[in-house]
Amino acid sequence: MRAPLFAVLALLLTATPTLAVQPDEVLPDAAMEARARTLSQGLRCLVCRNENIDDSNAELARDLRLLLRERLVAGDSDAQAVAFLVDRYGEYVLLNPTATGSNLILWLAGPAMLLAGLGGALIYLRRRRDTFEPTVVDLSNEEKARLEEILRS
Amino acid sequence: MIVELGHFALVLAFAVALIQATVPLIGAHKRWAGWMAVAEPAAITQVMLIGIAFAALTYAFVTSDFSVRLVVLNSHTDKPMLYKVAGVWGNHEGSLLLWVMILSVFGASAALFGGNLPPTLKARVLSVQAMIGVAFLAFMLITSNPFLRLVTPPFNGNDLNPLLQDPGLAFHPPFLYLGYVGLSMAFSFAIAALIEGRVDAAWGRWVRPWTLAAWIFLTIGIALGSWWAYYELGWGGFWFWDPVENASFMPWLIATALLHSSIVVEKREALKSWTILLAILAFGFSLIGTFLVRSGVITSVHAFANDPERGVFILMILGVFMGGALTLFAARSSALEAKGLFAMVSREAALVANNLLLAVACFVVFTGTIWPLVAELAWARKLSVGAPFFNAAFSPFFVVLALLMPLGAVLPWKRAHLARGMRPLLPVLVLALALGGLAFAVQTGRSALGPVGAVLGAWVVFGALTDLALRTGRGSIGARLGRLARLPRADWGKSTAHAGLGITLFAVCAMNAWAIEDIRTVPVGGSFPLGAYEITLVSVNQEQGPNYSSTVAEMTAARGGRVVATVHPEKRVYAVQGMPTTEAGIDYGLLRDIYLVIGDPQDDGSWAVRSYVKPFANWLWGGAIIMALGGLLSLSDRRYRVAAGSRRVAATAVAAE
Repeated sequence: MRAPLFAVLALLLTATPTLAVQPDEVLPDAAMEARARTLSQGLRCLVCRNENIDDSNAELARDLRLLLRERLVAGDSDAQAVAFLVDRYGEYVLLNPTATGSNLILWLAGPAMLLAGLGGALIYLRRRRDTFEPTVVDLSNEEKARLEEILRS
Repeated sequence: MIVELGHFALVLAFAVALIQATVPLIGAHKRWAGWMAVAEPAAITQVMLIGIAFAALTYAFVTSDFSVRLVVLNSHTDKPMLYKVAGVWGNHEGSLLLWVMILSVFGASAALFGGNLPPTLKARVLSVQAMIGVAFLAFMLITSNPFLRLVTPPFNGNDLNPLLQDPGLAFHPPFLYLGYVGLSMAFSFAIAALIEGRVDAAWGRWVRPWTLAAWIFLTIGIALGSWWAYYELGWGGFWFWDPVENASFMPWLIATALLHSSIVVEKREALKSWTILLAILAFGFSLIGTFLVRSGVITSVHAFANDPERGVFILMILGVFMGGALTLFAARSSALEAKGLFAMVSREAALVANNLLLAVACFVVFTGTIWPLVAELAWARKLSVGAPFFNAAFSPFFVVLALLMPLGAVLPWKRAHLARGMRPLLPVLVLALALGGLAFAVQTGRSALGPVGAVLGAWVVFGALTDLALRTGRGSIGARLGRLARLPRADWGKSTAHAGLGITLFAVCAMNAWAIEDIRTVPVGGSFPLGAYEITLVSVNQEQGPNYSSTVAEMTAARGGRVVATVHPEKRVYAVQGMPTTEAGIDYGLLRDIYLVIGDPQDDGSWAVRSYVKPFANWLWGGAIIMALGGLLSLSDRRYRVAAGSRRVAATAVAAE
């Protein structure tokens, strides 16, 4: 599955000229262009390695940029335009994974870990505070021997 | 012949590592001084043998020996000498050789400079270090041998990936590996301490310089990589949350946490088992990084080699070391009894908060990095996790960390009062908010990111300076200045590193919030406005490089009719691999970079041009360098040098007997 993908990728990367967004793609309406740019930054170039379509030089990324702009010009809202692409290319195209289903684990992992850590730290700190300062005990024989060893060297 | 010598030296190094991994360990257990003493010469022999292997491979690259498979795959006679040398580690096998060489260098330094360590601890540290060496040397010899010959050598090689043909290749990987692999020392110390069953203030002091050194290298390595991406990729991005970047960032986060928790061990003998765990995890994340880069399980712009066999081998190494270490940790950590007591509000508690936030931040990065893999395996969902996720899920923790940092830094040990700690910081808070307000007023109607960055950056930077001022106590200015000069270097290091982080934080926000971008076609001789500048495309010429042909443009940036910068952006095509690269024309400035990129010719004879003004770009890497400088200052603190000096005294005393 993966090998042919990379073969395609290698071809695309080598065959296309560099430069991400081309001047001829830019929409005349500055506000709409700004929307397109923001949206593109959240969409993955499918044949690239972890690049968004806004930065990518691949031919496919250009097609996606044009497609996205086409949808925006046709009057789609941001959400509709993205949904249009997700319908065709699957959620793989989204660089920002949706917070639905199993992805909730991903989104909640950090906060949950923080709460767990906070709880653990609080218990630890309370225990530290509640234990009394130990009374001064004499050094054990082992410690005395070690102290002497240290002092000698 | 020389190549075979290198190969042979590598096999010998493997044998020596096997001895070093076992004999001193048994010696330390049985208290046999002779067996323990094996560790030192073994470590030094190992570094020499691997050095020979490395020199042999370098020789093969420099002389373009095309009977060596690796040279054929990654070199070419036309390649400039710098890249012939740096190309040694611009590939999987060679970079692995660099990896084990650095590992052995750290082992040998521990052998040479570890004179003040108790003999059993030293023997165990070197032995654990050699175990890592055994694993990676075996990995190299079995799956990734750089010295393999070809039966019929070709006439010339395939050249190095053009994106790597940059001075960045000469510095970025070595620094990064010095950092990654340096964390193995913290790991070895942690394992040795677990075997010994003793973690005390002395252990904290011994392990700290190694962690600090690794952290400095890692900081510089990451900063260099980010800067390289910035000027090489052609659109001025500096951080992509790419799996491989995350692979270097996760050990950095944990190493930062480790640095802070080992202070608590050293000064207060608390947080011992947690510190040991961090030391294990820091190297664990280094190994995970190695796995991510070299196995191909996760697609990344950096992918080295996509060989499942190698991936499985690294996974085995990871499993053995982390499984073994964590089992040992579970069995022995209860033996590590904490001593120092402290209250809920105290320097210790603040450092616990620091550790918690850094660990959680690292966990978020880790989850995000492996999530595509998990989702595909568990739910057959093919999805991506990219920059938007990390920006949203990671940043809050770092913002809280930055908010707490100045306060935590000024709190006293053991028991503190929040209000009393906060008082000297009030002016800083006011100043930071004022600067934020100023930024907000100046920028007019852009995202809140810029002002927020200004507040955060100022709060952290001036907080660090206030911390330094507070350390001088009370009295006349002269007396305080005198005390300031005599402060321990560790205090200077701390404030410097903290201030560096503040600068970097501000630059990240500023670059994201205030960058100006322009994309258009320009005829030769044409001009266009870019922010406060007038950019002119003066000329476009074809030029020939050593192993590429190049389209070189001359562009000027003028301000108020006066030309302030002339730059030469290029578009290169490397003949052998037929791959184009962009070389942006950048005018570096104190407050802004002007970043110009030349694109393709258009049908009407004009040229596609992308141009940016990147505000405060240099502050980003400058901040990282200041952080590393802070680490260096701390590393040069008297207490480490005193320990080193006492060793020399002891040595001469022995000699006199």
